[in-house]
Amino acid sequence: MNLHVSSRDIGERTLDIVSAMKSLEGPLLPILHEIQAEFGYVPQEALPVIARELNLSRAEVHGVVTFYHDYRDHPEGRHVLKLCRAEACQSMGGDQLAERVKSLLGIDFHQTTPDGAVTLEPVYCLGLCSTAPAAMLDGEVHGRLDADAVRELVAEVRA
Amino acid sequence: MSVRIFVPQDAAALALGADRVAKGLAREIETRGIDVTIVRNGSRGLHWLEPMVEVETVEGRIAYGPVKASDISSLLDAGLATGGNHPLCLGKTEDIPFLKNQTRLTFARCGIVDPLSLEDYKAHDGLKGLAKAVAMAPADVVAQVTESGLRGRGGAGFPTGIKWKTVLDTAGDRKYIVCNADEGDSGTFADRMIMEGDPFVLIEGMAIAGLATLATKGFVYIRSEYPHAIATMTEAVETARRAGILGASVMGSGRAFDIEIRSGAGAYVCGEETALLNSLEGKRGIVRAKPPLPAHKGLFNCPTVINNVISLASVPIIMDKGAVFYKDFGMGRSRGTIPIQIAGNVKHGGLYEAAFGLTLGQIVDEIGGGTASGRPVKAVQVGGPLGAYFPRALFDTPFDYEAFAAKDGLIGHAGITVFDDTADMLKQARFAMEFCAIESCGKCTPCRIGSTRGVETADKIAQGIEPEKNLALLADLCNTMKFGSLCALGGFTPYPVTSAMNHFPDDFRPVPLVEAAE
Repeated sequence: MNLHVSSRDIGERTLDIVSAMKSLEGPLLPILHEIQAEFGYVPQEALPVIARELNLSRAEVHGVVTFYHDYRDHPEGRHVLKLCRAEACQSMGGDQLAERVKSLLGIDFHQTTPDGAVTLEPVYCLGLCSTAPAAMLDGEVHGRLDADAVRELVAEVRA
Repeated sequence: MSVRIFVPQDAAALALGADRVAKGLAREIETRGIDVTIVRNGSRGLHWLEPMVEVETVEGRIAYGPVKASDISSLLDAGLATGGNHPLCLGKTEDIPFLKNQTRLTFARCGIVDPLSLEDYKAHDGLKGLAKAVAMAPADVVAQVTESGLRGRGGAGFPTGIKWKTVLDTAGDRKYIVCNADEGDSGTFADRMIMEGDPFVLIEGMAIAGLATLATKGFVYIRSEYPHAIATMTEAVETARRAGILGASVMGSGRAFDIEIRSGAGAYVCGEETALLNSLEGKRGIVRAKPPLPAHKGLFNCPTVINNVISLASVPIIMDKGAVFYKDFGMGRSRGTIPIQIAGNVKHGGLYEAAFGLTLGQIVDEIGGGTASGRPVKAVQVGGPLGAYFPRALFDTPFDYEAFAAKDGLIGHAGITVFDDTADMLKQARFAMEFCAIESCGKCTPCRIGSTRGVETADKIAQGIEPEKNLALLADLCNTMKFGSLCALGGFTPYPVTSAMNHFPDDFRPVPLVEAAE
């Protein structure tokens, strides 16, 4: 993931991705996932290229990108911590745990620490409801979190 | 032959350190020079014991758990490789009451086999259902599924066979099987477990659906919050394709069926079938009005079967053992088994597959063992974020679609989330509205605007502002959402809200403003 790419570069790399995937049935979501994997977010510059190649309007592509929670319009931190906020985790003190994480990091949900180390996101269920409260750090799952465990997770992303 | 030791790779086990256990075990085995093969299996569903390590012995498998990486050395000292005794030893896995008392039909292999070994799958009765389906006429396959009484396990409980028959009877150049693996309900994880623990059973079920309805292409739409399931399913599909189970000629039948795995993008509403179809087509996940039914005009306007993971994964055993075998389990119009997911503040959380008919009290108190916190159970939410909160007074309700509907609740995807007496039901009701507001697709007004007004009204009640008036307003709002919304998101959000209001009225009473103390 290279965050310092020129607009022209984005256009070319987007075109490569779209060309490779546009033969899929209903290719837009897979393409957007791939673009986000490539750039770390879905750059504005990519949208007209996708629209042109898939014969969609820019508004349609914009509508799809903004509808889904997963697609970001800006880069995230070096680490992403997703805390589950759903009922099963609530029943095991998930709300208090979230408050603790927020105060340890000094940020709210959907924010990134000023040093760019970590982005905090809410997630509504990781399917770890029998091992609540649960979180996902950079794709790795963590269950039965308590105050000590979240302190360790935060220390890990801060290191 | 080398001894096989099983360390689960299910996400719930991983969340509790199973990878560290597996790595530590591998290192220690090498150091000690023991002849052991580590198999990464799925989970047996006893999640309070995860990571649960098992060893294969002549008497059957012996379980140990919950195992931490720091326990490995002492486990091996105690003779782990031969099922030796140790404080963490749980005895024979099959004899653990939580497992022994289950009726494992859909989850028969989960936790037992190596999820990605096709040989293991075949050795445990895999592909027998598909082999039978290949030799049958499509209409006969559909008739067998109808006869079994299988109903959609995603929540709506619509008879699976009737859905298939509609697709079979609808003419179309191209038909699709879509598997709804967008398991977004809190308290549910059965889809995730089967995809991670026995992916071939879903592939087999989808292939049978394809043969039965003359569909040639299948999609599995898996939520992006499940990266492990996506990875396992992707690999399993490739393996099945190489083995000729999928492709131009399914098991040499000359009939084509293939599967593609797709990832969602974090929208809860895409668990609603028509929103899911739009999402697969590359559009916003907006709910479609019905009719037309997806069976008539579904994905890309083609006749489409859209079923939940568990519905499809239950089909192979129905084809293998017969409709009557399956139908003999259950009660009333709820036939067969249901994988109950016991979650939240509960001592013995996990997956428990049983015939329909257990009471809620049996599930929570006896099987689940009460709360993890040791405090009294206050409420259980059945069926995810759109399911009702049940008080102890309704614990005699049997687990059955109709029985739950009669108590103004729903089984949904059979997730049960337990709350102890510290739960504030007004807060839970507010959350139901908040969640609906976050996840509403925006198409219909009662859901889009009603949910936001619901949050505001709940806040007013909490602040003691005109409580009687606002309680009446909240009830009225629920009524509008229930009857005026297009899909279950807006239509069922009232379930948790009104059940909380009706069963726990004390939590909705205004906190008296503290008068100036003497």
